[in-house]
Amino acid sequence: MIEFRHVTKRFADGTVAVDDLSLVAPSHQITVLVGPSGCGKTTSLRMVNRMVDPSDGQILVDDEDIHALDAVRLRRGIGYVIQHAGLFPHKTVVDNIATVPKLLGWSRQQARQRALELIDQVGLEQQYAERYPAQLSGGQQQRVGVARALAADPPIMLMDEPFSAVDPVVRAQLQDEFLRLQRDLAKTIVFVTHDIDEAIKLGDNIVVLRVGGRLAQTDTPAGLLANPTDDFVAGFIGRDRGYRALSFVPGDDLRIQPLPDGVHVDTSYPYRRGGPLKAALDATLTAPGGRAVVVDERGTAVGVIDHQDVLAAVRRAETQRAETA
Amino acid sequence: MNDDNIVVGFVEYVGDPASWTGQDGLLWRILEHSVYTVLALAMAALIALPVGLLIGHTNRGSFLALNIANAGRALPTLGVLILVALATSIDIRPVMVALVLLGVPPILASTYAGIRNVDPDAVDAAVGMGMTGREILWRVEVPIALPLIISGLRAATLQIVSTATIAAIVALGGLGRPLLDSIATREYAQAMAAALLVAALAIAFDLVFAALTRVVVSPGVSGRRVARSRG
Amino acid sequence: MTEVLDYVSQSGDTVLSYLGEHIIMSIVPIGLALCFAIPLGWWAARRPVLTSVLLSMGGIAYSVPSIALFIVLPLVFGYQIISLTNIIVALTIYSTALLVRNVIDGLESVPDDVRLSATALGYGHLGRLLSVELPVAVPVIAAGLRVVTVTNVSMVSVGALIGKGGLGNLFMEGLRSDYMAPIIVGLVLSVLLALSLDGLLVMGQRWLTPWVRVRAGR
Repeated sequence: MIEFRHVTKRFADGTVAVDDLSLVAPSHQITVLVGPSGCGKTTSLRMVNRMVDPSDGQILVDDEDIHALDAVRLRRGIGYVIQHAGLFPHKTVVDNIATVPKLLGWSRQQARQRALELIDQVGLEQQYAERYPAQLSGGQQQRVGVARALAADPPIMLMDEPFSAVDPVVRAQLQDEFLRLQRDLAKTIVFVTHDIDEAIKLGDNIVVLRVGGRLAQTDTPAGLLANPTDDFVAGFIGRDRGYRALSFVPGDDLRIQPLPDGVHVDTSYPYRRGGPLKAALDATLTAPGGRAVVVDERGTAVGVIDHQDVLAAVRRAETQRAETA
Repeated sequence: MNDDNIVVGFVEYVGDPASWTGQDGLLWRILEHSVYTVLALAMAALIALPVGLLIGHTNRGSFLALNIANAGRALPTLGVLILVALATSIDIRPVMVALVLLGVPPILASTYAGIRNVDPDAVDAAVGMGMTGREILWRVEVPIALPLIISGLRAATLQIVSTATIAAIVALGGLGRPLLDSIATREYAQAMAAALLVAALAIAFDLVFAALTRVVVSPGVSGRRVARSRG
Repeated sequence: MTEVLDYVSQSGDTVLSYLGEHIIMSIVPIGLALCFAIPLGWWAARRPVLTSVLLSMGGIAYSVPSIALFIVLPLVFGYQIISLTNIIVALTIYSTALLVRNVIDGLESVPDDVRLSATALGYGHLGRLLSVELPVAVPVIAAGLRVVTVTNVSMVSVGALIGKGGLGNLFMEGLRSDYMAPIIVGLVLSVLLALSLDGLLVMGQRWLTPWVRVRAGR
């Protein structure tokens, strides 16, 4: 667990990058720091591995004040991924990934073995092992960067806009694979981004920061979408947050109508049974005639839904929320 | 001066084994010249490399590194040599000192530039993964800066070979001796021989550095042009 | 110090004529080198094979110590060893070897979109070179020019070993007569000449690239 207690960072020229920030990043979860330029998110991240030291306040990792620890040893236990990967151009992919294990004294054999495993885990083909970073595309370099940070199996990962420098298609792939990795590895991750959609997609907890480094709101993605604390947060999230919030409402309550006999139903825009209401609404809006096919886990058609069914489910969810609030 | 005479004289001179052997022979002069060069280069590197690495890594004192190279270039080497010789003594030691000092600016400037040009992202990642300052310098900055560092050594060597040649005017041996002596006596055929040998020696040193670069520098840094993959 | 002043008042004329020769032998090679280096560089820019051939040749030319060139070239080309031409030809070769690399780097540093817009606007090859690519490449080329100029001023002195060295002749005089004054005069004038030419080039560069100044001034 990572904890910030009243952390402030003042730079020599007078700028206050982080202002009295207190937050908790729970273990084994992804905590996303998000906000506009100048909100201190990167500075805050870099204080966790002491690349920057706070002017005031304390930072604790598993209840230990990191200021009392040796910075170099601290960093060897924390994975660090930056925007353009910062791969070492003079080392092959394998050697890049094996860097921290070798620093920690692993044998060449062990380090190399681990690196080759990680190449698989991050979705790269083994043929890239002996290539140099200059021969890789941006997305591939980022994967190597993530693998390099994971090499010594650190409990904590710090990631500074790791997926921002690639095009949207590659970014979506990297985000999906990252989530898959995290399901397997369950690391404590602090992730910085300026993109609220990325934050909502990836975060278990989201910390929204304002310009000037002050905390605006901490919440789960659903909570953030449902209840932004003020106009700044609401504006930062964006206008269609009501719609986007539907991706957090489960669809088990949907009334599914039976498949009509004899009529051919278009299965190009299916909705998977049980998926979030947003997916259901998207399906009914895109399917011709406003009727979408519902499929089960194996892809077999089990029924149809239309706009009315989805909106009815939305209304029921609203009422339920109002009752429990 | 008749061109034919010179060519004939040259062939005669080069064909005569006596020109090559013996205490003043060309072979001995080649050896002398090489030894002076290697010694002066080693000493210049011993001074300039650590200073360049330190200034580059800590980025303090960059004013020194940048301006010393420019200052070095503006000084006419012949004038410096003669000044040093007259001021101390027409002896080999002050001349060697001058050679070493002339070799320092290129090495210092290129080493500094090499370290400064290392991708700051790579250095940031190295700090973040827990490398100590020394580890960062030797495992990251130097290997990446190697092409520029070697080019500095190469430039210094050229400077030294060249200056050692004209240093014969103030008592240094080497190939400058037969060259300048034969110019003074207008035996241009012999001057040709010495001049060609100096040129060949300089090119030989340069080729050694070229080979060194290929062996020592990582292919990831020297920039192999391989097609980038997609995805 | 008084020795130096004495010397200057005595031999002022000689010093001035040496200085004049020195200026000619420093500057002419640079003008000639530009005439060679710019077309060569333009031809080789963005053509990697040609670039590495030219740079290798230039590298070899530059490796050869100047004094060797002063002896070998006259016999190859057929002019007198003891002549201004000799020094000028040798230094032109040196300067071209150095400058070609700068011209290539400078032209290759012009962003592709700038070149493409120039073509789209209707510039032919030569027009684009003169009006668009060269101006943008000026800083890189100017940096090389400065190095080459200062180096030339220093190398001209070496010509004193064959009797044509401009201010370098003062060094030889001092050596022969075991007299420091001419050496000091020679050194001071040589450095001043190098610094002045460097300064002129910097001013010329600023005049040619006003947009750089504006950007820095913001």
